[in-house]
Amino acid sequence: MTAPTLSMAGALNRGLADALDADDRVLVFGEDVGPLGGVFRVTDGLAARFGERRVFDTPLAESGIVGTAIGMAMNGLRPVVEMQFDAFAYPAFEQITSHLAKLRNRTRGKVEVPVVIRIPYGGGIGGVEHHCDSSEMYYTHTPGLRVVTPGTPEDAYHLLRASIDSPDPVIFLEPKRLYWAKSEVDFAAGVPVDRAVVRREGADVTLIAYGPMVPVALETADAAREEGWDAEVVDLRTLSPFDDETVAASVRKTGRAVVVHEASGFCGYGAEVAARLTERCFHHLHAPILRVTGYDIPYPPPKLEEHHLPNVDRVLDAIARLQWDDQVDGVVGVA
Amino acid sequence: MTTVTRSERGLLPAAEPLALLTAAGEPVPAPVLPMPGDEVLLDLHRRMVLGRRFDAQATALTKQGRLAVYPSSRGQEACEVGAVLALDERDWLFPTYRDSVALVTRGVDPVETLTLLQGGWHLGYDPYEHRVGPQCTPLATNTLHAVGVAHAARLKGEDSVALVLLGDGATSEGDTHEALNFAGVWQAPVVFLVQNNGYAISVPMSKQNAAPSLAHKGIGYGVPSVLVDGNDPAAVYAVVRDAVRAAREGGGPTLIEAKTYRIEAHTNADDANRYRDPSEVAYWLSRDPLDRIEAYLRSRGLLDDARRDAVLAEAEAFAAKVRDGMNADVAPDPAELFEHVYAQPTPALREQAAQLAEELR
Repeated sequence: MTAPTLSMAGALNRGLADALDADDRVLVFGEDVGPLGGVFRVTDGLAARFGERRVFDTPLAESGIVGTAIGMAMNGLRPVVEMQFDAFAYPAFEQITSHLAKLRNRTRGKVEVPVVIRIPYGGGIGGVEHHCDSSEMYYTHTPGLRVVTPGTPEDAYHLLRASIDSPDPVIFLEPKRLYWAKSEVDFAAGVPVDRAVVRREGADVTLIAYGPMVPVALETADAAREEGWDAEVVDLRTLSPFDDETVAASVRKTGRAVVVHEASGFCGYGAEVAARLTERCFHHLHAPILRVTGYDIPYPPPKLEEHHLPNVDRVLDAIARLQWDDQVDGVVGVA
Repeated sequence: MTTVTRSERGLLPAAEPLALLTAAGEPVPAPVLPMPGDEVLLDLHRRMVLGRRFDAQATALTKQGRLAVYPSSRGQEACEVGAVLALDERDWLFPTYRDSVALVTRGVDPVETLTLLQGGWHLGYDPYEHRVGPQCTPLATNTLHAVGVAHAARLKGEDSVALVLLGDGATSEGDTHEALNFAGVWQAPVVFLVQNNGYAISVPMSKQNAAPSLAHKGIGYGVPSVLVDGNDPAAVYAVVRDAVRAAREGGGPTLIEAKTYRIEAHTNADDANRYRDPSEVAYWLSRDPLDRIEAYLRSRGLLDDARRDAVLAEAEAFAAKVRDGMNADVAPDPAELFEHVYAQPTPALREQAAQLAEELR
């Protein structure tokens, strides 16, 4: 039996439906998630199938959505809410950071808030301002939150199911540009949370990517082969907590690493990855860990976003810069 | 005696705060709601005496350095006690940082009530034991939690109601408005009680609000709104009880503004003389909620010196218990820092816990 081919949006839709089916406590709500099925149709058909007690539209108020979800979770339900677009979540920031993330800690474990906040994030779809932010670092910097982002439809399905089952609150970042990317989804596969995955084996350099940059890293690995570089691709999948083990093992093997993400580089997620790897793999490194990221600018208008977003060429350039020491064994030189 | 039900009153609050007792403790003519029963009135009195003594004890402990900070609710006992006694056991209470007296009235252990302010941990009690949310220091965020809990109760087919306490300053925060709107749209069984004590730290009502009253803020959300004399314990009890009953019966939310006054400063760290006139405090001292109910109970022959002395003795014993509990030196376990971040500590947290344990060896 072959696995069905689904878009990421389709896989997420199936994941929500299966979760609603599996557990009466699961609720899906947010802006336009009811009859419309969400602006990206991720919740398509759910209201009709599960009724408005389980799947419903809320007033247009993000803090309200997250704050009431917290109360519902305190009272035994498992809300899965949608923020519609990345930057739209900012009004809910206080509820997320001061309450959702901390309630377990503040109450010494007495109160669990198993809320999943789905946030379509990132660019590459020609969206106007405030519709393309990569906001992962705001959430990964907040202890108490799990931050998850799938790079394939299959991961999207399984990570969403695991997130809904998680006793901890989860920020579930959905790469908008991958919503329509299709591939096979094995519903029986099972994908663990908190674990990165080696998407492609390689010997010379590790490309570390997540969410929207996973296909870019894989494409770069193909292109790198033509240059004679055998690139390994690690898909982080869960940004927090970080899977040091899988990532460090890869970098110890290859001795070189490039972290790729859309968000601005300054104080970005790549800085954390580079620092962790330097601490753990320094004696295995043949070159500094490089970052290929968006520029340190507010997200640009649609007609300029291609210049901002990391692409295959930019990642290839970074790999090229890592080859400095080929002639000087074990010593990092200067280009 | 004819009284007016909540639905008959409509959305608009009356121009004058609803009261059952005058400042002198006499029954008002033509009351809008019935006077609570004698047992309730005696319980209100007793709990208010305990609450005031508790508040004074906590303030004293702060001066001795036993509490990091204490926001007094002296003068607001009618709200703290009246509102909580109007709840049933199955109902939920969402307090703010100023509502320690409400918590002890609800039955939370006084030492556990003060754990947050003492600095031992962020919360001392189990929120599920008495259905009391964590005391909330950000303003108005608890209003949404209360709406969520209340809505969840309805989705689960339970008839519990959530009462959320907030201050006048919190009505300026966005979350109050989102909560009122959600509650109105969902017809959630939630009661909002604004204790308008005149000041958001130092900022007076005149700089906080342009509406005729804070109760008016419910109207725009379709939430029936009531203005009540917050120094009249009988009225606060009756109004909250009425709103809770309406919510339980599917009548949706109510917003109540209780006009009261904070006799002490915002906290022990605040100097209220910088922003308010002593004559104002004197005026409100003359409207003391405890004096009011005591005068009424005496006039009815329900309270005499013997009973009053017995209640005062109980309050002294209660204060002694608080004192003993707070004077015990608490040494929180540093290992617990890492225990409640996630359901299971992450590998990184386990490493950090080991590092701290090593430092402490």
